[in-house]
Amino acid sequence: MMATLKELAQQGEKFLGGHRACAGCGATIVARQVLLAAQYPVVVGAATGCLEVISTIFPYSAWNVPYIHNAFENVAATMAGVEAAYKALKRKGKIDKELRFIAFGGDGGTYDIGLQALSGMIERRHRVLYVCYNNEAYMNTGIQRSSATPYGAHTTTSPAGTVLPGKLQPRKNLTEIVIAHEPAYAAQATIGYWNDLVTKVRKALDANGPSFINVFSPCRLGWAYPPEKTIAITRLAVETCVWPLYEYENGKYRITVKPKEKKPVEEFLKIQGRFAHLFKLKDKTPIEEFQAEVDRIWERLQKRCAE
Amino acid sequence: MIVARTGNEAMAEAMRQINPDVVAAYPITPATEVVQLFASFVADGLVTTEFVPAESEHSALSACVGAAAAGARVMTSTSSQGLALMHEILFIASGLRLPIVICLVNRALSSPINIHCDHSDSLASRDSGWLQIFTENTQEAYDTTIMAVKMAEEIMLPAMVTTDGFIISHGMERIELIEDEKVPQWLGERKIINNLLDVNNPITLGMLDLQDYYFEHKRQTIEAMNNALPIIEKVQKEFGDAFGRYYPIVDEYKMEDAEVAILTMGSTGGTGKVAVDRMRKKGKKVGLVRCRIYRPFPKEAMLKAITKVRVLGIMDRADTLSTLGGHLYNDCRSILYESEKKPLLKNYIYGLGGRDISIEEIEEIFDQLLKIKDTGKVDKDIVYYGVRGE
Ligand SMILES: Cc1ncc(C[n+]2csc(CCOP(=O)(O)OP(=O)(O)O)c2C)c(N)n1
Repeated sequence: MMATLKELAQQGEKFLGGHRACAGCGATIVARQVLLAAQYPVVVGAATGCLEVISTIFPYSAWNVPYIHNAFENVAATMAGVEAAYKALKRKGKIDKELRFIAFGGDGGTYDIGLQALSGMIERRHRVLYVCYNNEAYMNTGIQRSSATPYGAHTTTSPAGTVLPGKLQPRKNLTEIVIAHEPAYAAQATIGYWNDLVTKVRKALDANGPSFINVFSPCRLGWAYPPEKTIAITRLAVETCVWPLYEYENGKYRITVKPKEKKPVEEFLKIQGRFAHLFKLKDKTPIEEFQAEVDRIWERLQKRCAE
Repeated sequence: MIVARTGNEAMAEAMRQINPDVVAAYPITPATEVVQLFASFVADGLVTTEFVPAESEHSALSACVGAAAAGARVMTSTSSQGLALMHEILFIASGLRLPIVICLVNRALSSPINIHCDHSDSLASRDSGWLQIFTENTQEAYDTTIMAVKMAEEIMLPAMVTTDGFIISHGMERIELIEDEKVPQWLGERKIINNLLDVNNPITLGMLDLQDYYFEHKRQTIEAMNNALPIIEKVQKEFGDAFGRYYPIVDEYKMEDAEVAILTMGSTGGTGKVAVDRMRKKGKKVGLVRCRIYRPFPKEAMLKAITKVRVLGIMDRADTLSTLGGHLYNDCRSILYESEKKPLLKNYIYGLGGRDISIEEIEEIFDQLLKIKDTGKVDKDIVYYGVRGE
């Protein structure tokens, strides 16, 4: 199952250059890695958001595969419709190719406004892989908080001020909400562990039913860090257990990348501007609370994996 | 075959015979039955459709967009709040030039919540780039549902076929059905220009158009609407030639020598025709005009019809909430601006939330119009007919 870089390089690019993403954009790396992993011809849909906006400015398109954008909250429903058409046309003998369907949505279009459509898509068992490129805020409209934004992060609608330390609530655990739907496959992944991601995409596309991968995807602008640090941050997220890499398959959980030693969350927080204010506070409670939340989720996940 | 069917049953029968590739829908009174019946056709193997029972109307229409982009023949059905929830996607469907057909059962919009007929739902969507056809009875609803598929595919714009909630949707009528196999035969295959499933020739749909392209692309959708009427007429003629029932763009009833007339849409056309007959028996020269194709607005045919009379009562089953009266009234005032012949106009906003309009009431309206003809004066240009306290 393990992919080699050589093999991937021979795939031919399906997400091309010529788009207008920021240097160091995580979302474009997600799109590129996911499409490289696909061993079937794919049809892609994207929700409104950064990925869509930077990749399809008429008359240019970065997509070397069929692509559709409908609106912000409905990529799951749109791809459900595409998949339904494929099934109908296949049954009627109008198409004979083996195709796969991939929906891309940001965290806003997935955790918040698009959650209902995502839930419906999985419940009706459409064979679509839904990839959330999770940059933990609404970046396209200028870095507003989403329900994927972690506790303590500064965004333009959860700003750190003189009395508030950024976002007051921990993030929603969407992966678990999706798993409660019992999809054919679900996972958390990130671009810094490309082989892990590629393997998960292949499993998801082979799974006979709806699948979901939540991909941790840094945004250098929204998270305020130098563009060359994108991959380093994803590795820190995994090493601190801020973003555990795991999968849910055949009703079982499995941690796919185990950190050698669990680092303190400060190491992840301190290299990003969105958390800078936390380090200027005399009161260390917000960082402690962040650590406590990470620990809680990590312990629970380990228990789930241990059976 | 002659059968007894409600409007909902007739639309569902049409959908069964069309056998669309994909139907994605969500139930809402009074359109629910269309979806329910269709689900039973799927369950009984009477159609080969992929049925997507979506979790909302927003997702239902979103799925229709995806399916239509993938080259499928696609239909859905809704009403009122359901259409309102689809509103955002209505524009995307027409902008992407996707020939989706909605069987729309007209129902008042909330608030206050109400399940009965008025036209506020479809008229609130009139600027979304969809063809809008208002039917008068069950036969017309059935025939038009079939025709709309062809119209939408040839014009490359989505279409709404409406019936009046409960009045047509739940009223049983005698209708003539076409034989099952003749419907798909007449429709033929959907021709597709851009196919999302063609992985060898990938296309990008729904792109970001900034100041430099949006206007040109929008202009093309406008042009499609500009060119729609002759195609609608052609399809109606083809349907008539094949099945013997011909439909007009604008329906004129006893208008040859009429001095006053009412202009209506939907089922009030039928009620109004009976009122015209009764008035004629009393020797009054009255007529009726019914707007069947509402979008695109049939300027020429409408002008030809309404300038035949001295006084026209325009009956709107919705208000624009603009202080300027109803939708039809405004459209007609607009086309009359450059016309040499201008009838005196009076706007009757009536029947909101399903308030009944009777034959006698329409006769009373005719009497008022005849009085205006005699005096040459319109006392009040917009009236809310049948509302307490007016
Ligand atoms: C119905 C609707 N509401 C709001 C918007 C404005 N909007 C466009 S993209 C976006 C945020 C996207 O955030 P996310 O899904 O996290 O993707 P990102 O931009 O971060 O990649 C918003 C709020 C919209 N397009 N549609």
